[in-house]
Amino acid sequence: MSSAIAPLALPRLEERSRVTQARVALSEWTKFVSLRSTRWSLGVGILLTIALPVVFAAVTGSHWAHMSAAERADRHPLDIALAGVNVAQLAIAVLGVLVISGEYSTGMIRSSLIAVPKRLPVLWAKIAVYAAVSFILTLPAVIIAFFASQAILSRHHILQISFGDPGVARSVLGGALYVTLVGIFALGIGTILRNTAGGIAAFAGIFFVIPPLMNILPTSWNNAISQYLPSEAGRQLFSLHHAAHSLSPTAGGLLMLGYCALTVTVAAVVLVRRDA
Amino acid sequence: MIEATNLTKHYGEKAAVADISFEVRPGIVTGFLGPNGSGKSTTMRLILGLDAPTSGDVRVNGKHYRDHAAPLHEVGALLEARSVHTGRSAYNHLLALAQTHGIGRRRVQEMIDLVGLHDVARKRAGQFSLGMGQRLGIATALLGDPATVMLDEPVNGLDPEGVHWIRNLLKQLAAEGRTVFVSSHLMSEMAVTADHLIVIGRGRLIADMSVEEFVQKASGTRVRVRTPQATRLRELVLGPHVSVTSTESGVIEVEGLTAEQVGEIAAEHTIVLHELTPVQASLEEAFMELTREEVEFKSVGGDLVQSEELAA
Repeated sequence: MSSAIAPLALPRLEERSRVTQARVALSEWTKFVSLRSTRWSLGVGILLTIALPVVFAAVTGSHWAHMSAAERADRHPLDIALAGVNVAQLAIAVLGVLVISGEYSTGMIRSSLIAVPKRLPVLWAKIAVYAAVSFILTLPAVIIAFFASQAILSRHHILQISFGDPGVARSVLGGALYVTLVGIFALGIGTILRNTAGGIAAFAGIFFVIPPLMNILPTSWNNAISQYLPSEAGRQLFSLHHAAHSLSPTAGGLLMLGYCALTVTVAAVVLVRRDA
Repeated sequence: MIEATNLTKHYGEKAAVADISFEVRPGIVTGFLGPNGSGKSTTMRLILGLDAPTSGDVRVNGKHYRDHAAPLHEVGALLEARSVHTGRSAYNHLLALAQTHGIGRRRVQEMIDLVGLHDVARKRAGQFSLGMGQRLGIATALLGDPATVMLDEPVNGLDPEGVHWIRNLLKQLAAEGRTVFVSSHLMSEMAVTADHLIVIGRGRLIADMSVEEFVQKASGTRVRVRTPQATRLRELVLGPHVSVTSTESGVIEVEGLTAEQVGEIAAEHTIVLHELTPVQASLEEAFMELTREEVEFKSVGGDLVQSEELAA
């Protein structure tokens, strides 16, 4: 401990303060935007949300003359406008899992939990940042998709609806809301499973594998159960017409919100209880 | 200040850390010594609240780590396990951690300069060499200007210059009155860095003493004597608790008597001495001596592999 080592002194930190939820949220924002993979998946997801309806509208317009009446009746302008939501939900879900599982696979989670040992603020911050980003990016995308697909269809003078028509604005907004809820659900799954492949597989199983499997059940059972699945309940948020054996948009949306709350609650409990 | 009381951690049936109690005091460098798989990393994880103890308790600066309002100002830690997202730059990694405590960008840049990562700070951490990763870990540990610095195997992967740098840094941090707790499986490293040693083997506390005491305890009393009358002296000193070895003619090593005792015997019998030196064991020898029982127990138990797995 001689003077020879004096130049090494650690610079002092004058201002000292404490961990707050807002600061953890800012930290999570920095983490979120500083990964190339994040920017890519989000970019692709948003691009598809707009590009798919545009392509769908163009194809429908150019084939309209050759379509049968039944085929024509099957096409609905809002389905075309929101065709991208089904693809966007996958991108948002994968990224939602990655937001947390990426920390486990790289070991970053240890740094995160050493900085915020109470742990829960990290989960809340991740959810807040991710939900906000998902919604803020998806909402303009679905609105653009709506007007772009309508503009293309209007050149063929077919399938015109107005944003002001009953339920249309709600459906478009609902599409963005649905994608956001899917992101939160996936983040919860990722936290519970702590593994990227497992998290994505679990999400795909719940949203893409179980619903078609329901067709194996007797019809009365299928009709009774399917409407309560997360994917079906959530879909009502952006469905214009209320089909038989399905929940209302409000009930479906609330049930989807309930699934998110359940997943996040389990995630919060295991995050605090488990060894990191 | 770190205080562990009867700290125990089981993973399944295996005890990675078994009922250890110790205190790490400020102002000195405390070495945390033990073979690979002895429970050093587990103990550090318990200190940081990453793992919950099965029983017992550990506090840092008077509180459980989790209960500190600003933990990065209390403890700066470098873990042995990777703890950086490979897709994020060193700068953004440090910035994200700094932001949880409202620490500014200037401090982040200061730490990057301090550890010499200036040229690569914007590169993704996944492209870092082992040494660069280690420097980033040290920058992370020092970010909050912490009262306690805890580093797990900090010299791993560092070049000689880096090793020299970290040794001096640790001593400087201790001199500033901080608590410095450094683990290593290398005795030689501890010999040049540490003032105090906490030694564990197979999750149990083996020693908690100053480096000098540690060496002395293991050295016992061994005296090297150079004399033209070696054979005569050998006969005179031999006894029930005294043994004599010889590696070259005219030199004997007496075990079980102090230098004073050997000198007095020689004087009494008018034996000429050319050298009379108490022999100190090296820290390595001291460690081998103290952990011999643990090692024997291991081989007999036949579960060496399992105990190493626990450390992973």
